[in-house]
Amino acid sequence: MKGNLDALLVMFGKEPKKYKRLTEQAQAIHLVKKEQIRRLTPEEIAEFKQELKEIKQGVHSNKWRNRRWMTIIIVNLFFTLSFWIDIQLFEGSMIASRVFGFHMADIYSALQVVLAYKIVFINLIIGTVTVVIIWVLLGGRAFCSWICPYHLLADLAEKIHLKLVAKKWIKDHPFHRGVRGIFWIVFALLAFILGYALFNSLNPVGIVSRALIYGPSLALLWVFLLLLVEIFYSRRAWCRYVCPMGLTYGMVGALSPLQISYHLSGCHHEAACNAVCEVPHVLECVKKGRADQVKIDIGTDCTLCGACIDVCPTQSLRFEIKGLSLIN
Amino acid sequence: MSKLPNSSPRYQASRRRFLRTVGLFVGVLGASLATFLPVIAKWVPARLRPPGAIDEPEFLASCIKCGQCVQVCPVEAIRLADIDEAMGIGVPYIDARAQACDFSCDAVQCILACPTGSLNHTIVKKEEVRMGLARVASPDKCLATQGLGFKGQARGADFQGLLRYTEIDRWNPIPVRDHPYDLALCDLCVRECPIDNAISLQPIDTEGKRKMPVINEACVGCGVCEMICPVEPTVIVIDERKMWGEGTA
Repeated sequence: MKGNLDALLVMFGKEPKKYKRLTEQAQAIHLVKKEQIRRLTPEEIAEFKQELKEIKQGVHSNKWRNRRWMTIIIVNLFFTLSFWIDIQLFEGSMIASRVFGFHMADIYSALQVVLAYKIVFINLIIGTVTVVIIWVLLGGRAFCSWICPYHLLADLAEKIHLKLVAKKWIKDHPFHRGVRGIFWIVFALLAFILGYALFNSLNPVGIVSRALIYGPSLALLWVFLLLLVEIFYSRRAWCRYVCPMGLTYGMVGALSPLQISYHLSGCHHEAACNAVCEVPHVLECVKKGRADQVKIDIGTDCTLCGACIDVCPTQSLRFEIKGLSLIN
Repeated sequence: MSKLPNSSPRYQASRRRFLRTVGLFVGVLGASLATFLPVIAKWVPARLRPPGAIDEPEFLASCIKCGQCVQVCPVEAIRLADIDEAMGIGVPYIDARAQACDFSCDAVQCILACPTGSLNHTIVKKEEVRMGLARVASPDKCLATQGLGFKGQARGADFQGLLRYTEIDRWNPIPVRDHPYDLALCDLCVRECPIDNAISLQPIDTEGKRKMPVINEACVGCGVCEMICPVEPTVIVIDERKMWGEGTA
């Protein structure tokens, strides 16, 4: 499972823990590495620096990114085409749908409706449970990076943001990650008190998904504003600090066997993965001397986007289905 | 963090981050409340909701804004509200004058499609629907009350609206403009009404030359009469959510 208590707390905004007690094997590897670093020749050091520089310039695989973007586009296209050519296999949008007749409903959007309406409708329960099961199997926040149409737009906004930061034209302004949990609770409370699913109105995922299927709307201006904030002010602001939908999928993902795992022994500790990660707090363990175990499961806030796998020069990060290695 | 001296850069950075975060919180919350304000303040007149819509506050509370009702409607009568309509972004409504619900689907598909019960699933027949009530808004403009006939396309050559003409094709609605009329006395609202006994023409003079449409209790408020009325602006309108026996709003 992706989640343990520490990983959950980190997702809700806590700083990642510095483990004082490392396993013996991990300690041994850290020691060996220390020794190796001491013995590095200047040429070898230059080689490492060159390697990192090239990665940061974009010399790395884009395998997972390409697969991911294809998936987002194809899945969303299914919904759009299904409506346009009226084949009724993918009805509805990312918020609630019927796929091959099966009800699906986004968990947090459904929660908003239930809290506002105060009556629970059976189809909504069926839809929500279906979605929970799917994303327990597929890794929770994998919804974000593999399905969510807003995520793709935010990916592009992030690319521009990073270019501008590299040119020193702008600076990233991080927020406190804990505010996402507060949003989650406040929007849930407001839905209950006001009797109106406030968050569902301005949820950019719903707005983009509906625009893709039913045609563009003025509500896209809100999405555009969010993207401007992400480009010029704060990197990936919505996904990192606001989206209660994503947080909900993160909670679901805590139960998931699908995860990315970190393997200490081969790691060069260049932290190239950290730099590309949407949620870098889950990759604290890759820093020199930090890993408390030889193999570490990346926390439940991880969106399984695979960006870290793409940039890692040593294959120290891998997709893994927990328990499968026991069978083999 | 509180142990750091006030002047330390780390303290200052974390203080700035805290203030930024408060700004983000207030901003996003403010934006979401801004979408709600016009809804409670009722800045826009009530709109016609799809068949089976439960009471307006509950309807707005329960709609998850997925658009599945939009997808199943064969005449695409259902639209989703946009930001400028100030009535809940993504909530479905029907603009009857542009495209009324003509029950082409027979089985009230939108109700079956609704995943949250915003459209009441206990309704299984079109006759049980109550979206509102038709009303003759300007009787003196009505062609029938003037004893006039009607010839040509009901809403002109540019009108996009669809209607199912059972006598032409039971399963496929066609554009209203493709079905011109030639009537000695205009009775379009009565002729095209999809509900039995919902509307009838009553004579208003002794010779029976001039007649007036009268709305009966069977009216479900689907809006076909409003769509088909050839007079501009329409003589007959739907009062949204009005029930039989309620006084004029």
